Amino acid sequence: MNTFVLLFVTGLGLGALYFLVAAGLSLIWGLMRVLNFAHGAFFTVASYAGYYAATAMPEGSPWLQWFAGLAAATIAGGVFAILTEIFLIRPLYSRPLGQILVTVGLAISTLALVEGAFGSDPRQVPLPDQMIATTKLFGAAIPNTRFVVIVLAIAVLAALLLFLHRTRYGLIVRAGVENRAMVSALGIDVGRAFMLVFAIGGMAAGLAGFLGATYYGTIDPSRGTAMLISAFIVVVIGGLGSIGGSALAAVIVGLLQQFLNFYAAAGTGDFAVVLLLAVVLLTRPGGLLGEGST
Amino acid sequence: MNRKRGAVAAGAVGALAVMLLPFAHVTIPGLFEGPLDSPGTLNLLGLCFVFGALALTYDIVFGFTGLLSFGHALYFAAGVYVTAIALARWHLTLAEALGVTAVVAFVLPLVLGAICLRVRDIPFAMVTLAFAEAGSILVFQNPFGLTGGEEGLALGSDVLPAALIGVSNTAHLYWIAVALLASTYAIGWWAVHSPPGRVWQGIRENERRVAVLGLNPYAYKLASFTLSGFLAAGAGVAYLLLQGGANPQITTANFTLVLLVMVVLGGVGTLWGAVIGGIVYEYLDFRLLELSNASGIANLPPVIRVPLSEPLFVLGVLFIVLVLFLPQGLGGLVRRASIR
Repeated sequence: MNTFVLLFVTGLGLGALYFLVAAGLSLIWGLMRVLNFAHGAFFTVASYAGYYAATAMPEGSPWLQWFAGLAAATIAGGVFAILTEIFLIRPLYSRPLGQILVTVGLAISTLALVEGAFGSDPRQVPLPDQMIATTKLFGAAIPNTRFVVIVLAIAVLAALLLFLHRTRYGLIVRAGVENRAMVSALGIDVGRAFMLVFAIGGMAAGLAGFLGATYYGTIDPSRGTAMLISAFIVVVIGGLGSIGGSALAAVIVGLLQQFLNFYAAAGTGDFAVVLLLAVVLLTRPGGLLGEGST
Repeated sequence: MNRKRGAVAAGAVGALAVMLLPFAHVTIPGLFEGPLDSPGTLNLLGLCFVFGALALTYDIVFGFTGLLSFGHALYFAAGVYVTAIALARWHLTLAEALGVTAVVAFVLPLVLGAICLRVRDIPFAMVTLAFAEAGSILVFQNPFGLTGGEEGLALGSDVLPAALIGVSNTAHLYWIAVALLASTYAIGWWAVHSPPGRVWQGIRENERRVAVLGLNPYAYKLASFTLSGFLAAGAGVAYLLLQGGANPQITTANFTLVLLVMVVLGGVGTLWGAVIGGIVYEYLDFRLLELSNASGIANLPPVIRVPLSEPLFVLGVLFIVLVLFLPQGLGGLVRRASIR
C-alpha cells in the first residue's frame, strides 16, 4: 500500500511536469499548426537560467533562492519563446513545413550549445530543507517536492482555463483554434495571438524546467529532449489543441510509466506509453478529447 | 544531346576516380587530415557515402512521397543492430546474418508502415516517432544482453571475414560504401521514375486527387515507406561494417532529426541533392570536431570557442539559415546557378 501511494503521487508529479510542457505545445499547435520541436530547448534553457538565478542568491536563504530560480526560469522560457516566434516562426508563416524544420534546427543547436557551455554532467539545484523533507500520506513517506509540482501544475491548468474561457484574448485564441481564417476575416489581429500563445507556452515550459529541477533535484542538458517526446505523446493522446485533454493524458501517461516501470521491468512503462499512443491514434485519430479526426 | 553525353562522360570519369581513390597517395591540405589513401580518410569518405545513401532513402519517403516520418532512424538502426546481433551473439556467418537482416528490414517497415499510415500528416509523424522511440528504449534496455545497452555492441575480430578487418583493409570497406551508395542511388532512381514513383509524387502534391483518379494512395505510400525502410537498413549494414560496431546513439529521435537536416541541407525532392546533403553533413560533423581541437580555435575567447567546438551547433545554425533563406537547399543553389 505504501509503495502504491508513493508511486501514485510520484506518477502524478511526473504527469504534472508533462502537462506543463504539453499545454504550450498543444496551444501552439492548435492555433498556429506549428509543431514546436524547440519546446524542449525552452525547458532546458530555462532550467539553466533558474539554476544560475538560484545560485546567485545568498546561500543562507534557500526559499529566496528557490523563488528566484522559479521566476528566472519562467521569464527565461517566455522570453526565449517570444524571440523564437518573432525571428524564426513569423518569417515563415507561408511555409508550414519550414516552421517545423526551423524549430528542429533550433532544438539541435540549442542543445549542443548548452552542452558545450555547461557540460553534460548533472548539476545539483539548491532546495529548501522543508521541500526535501517528506510528508506521511496513508503511511507512505512522500517528498514534498512532489506536492509542490502537482499544486503548481494544477494552478497553471486553472489559470489557463480561466484565461481561455473568461478573457477576450482567450476567446480569440479559442476561436483561432476552431477557425483561424474566420478570425482574421473578422478583422482581429491573429498575429498578436500567435505571439501570446508562444509566450504562454514558453513560460509554462520554463516553469516546468525549474519544477523539473525541483522534482529530480538536478538539471542536465538532455532532460528537455526526453520531456519533449513524452509531451508530444501526451498532446497527441489528449487531442491536439485541447488543454483539458493534455491534462488528462499527462496524468494517464505519468501514472502508467511510474507503475509499469516499477511493477514490471524498467523501461516497460515507456514502452507501454508508446503502445497506448498507437492504440489511441488508430482508434480515435483526434485523441481522447480532440475535435473529430484529423 | 551533346550536353547529355558530356554529362554521362563526366559521371563515368567521376565514378572511376571515386573507385580508384584508395590508390591515390595524394594529400589535399585543409580538406582531409591525411593523404587520400590513408585509412582515416577512406573511413571518413566511406561514412560520408553511407550517410549520403541514408539521406537518399529518407528523401524517397519524405521528399518524393511527402510523408513526414520521424521514425526513419529505426530502420537504419534495425540494419545495424540485427546484423550486429546475428554476427556477434548468434555467431552466424556474414551471409546468413545478411539474410536475417534482409527479412527484418522488409517486414519491420511493412508492418509498422501499415499501422502508421492509417493516420496522416502530424499524427503520422507522431506515431512514427513513437515507434522509433520504442525501438530506442528497447536497444537501451539491453534485453537478454543482446544489444549491449548504452555501451553499444562491438564486433569482435573473429566474426567477420578477414578481408573486412584491420586498418590495412579499409579500402575494402570503402568500396562497400561506394557500392552501397551506387546501388541505393540506382534503385532509388529507378523507383521514383517508375509508374508507382510518379504516383508517389502525385500523392505528395495532392493525395485526394490521386484517390479520385481511382488509385489507392495507402498501398502506394506503404510501398514507398517499405522500400525506403529496406534501403535504410542496407545503409545500416554498411555503417556497421565501417564502424566495426553498433552504438545506440543512432536509434535516438535526435538522429532522425539529423536525417531531416541532411535532406533539407541537400535539397528535398532530388535524389542527388539528398546524397550531397548526407555527405556534406557527415563531413562537416567530423571535420568540425577535429577543427575544434585545432590550436587556432583553442586560443579564442570562450564566447567564440564554445559554440564553434560544437559541430551540432554549427550545423543546426546552418540548417536554420538554409530553411529561412534557401529553402531549396544546396541542390537549389546549384540548380539556380546552372539555369543562369
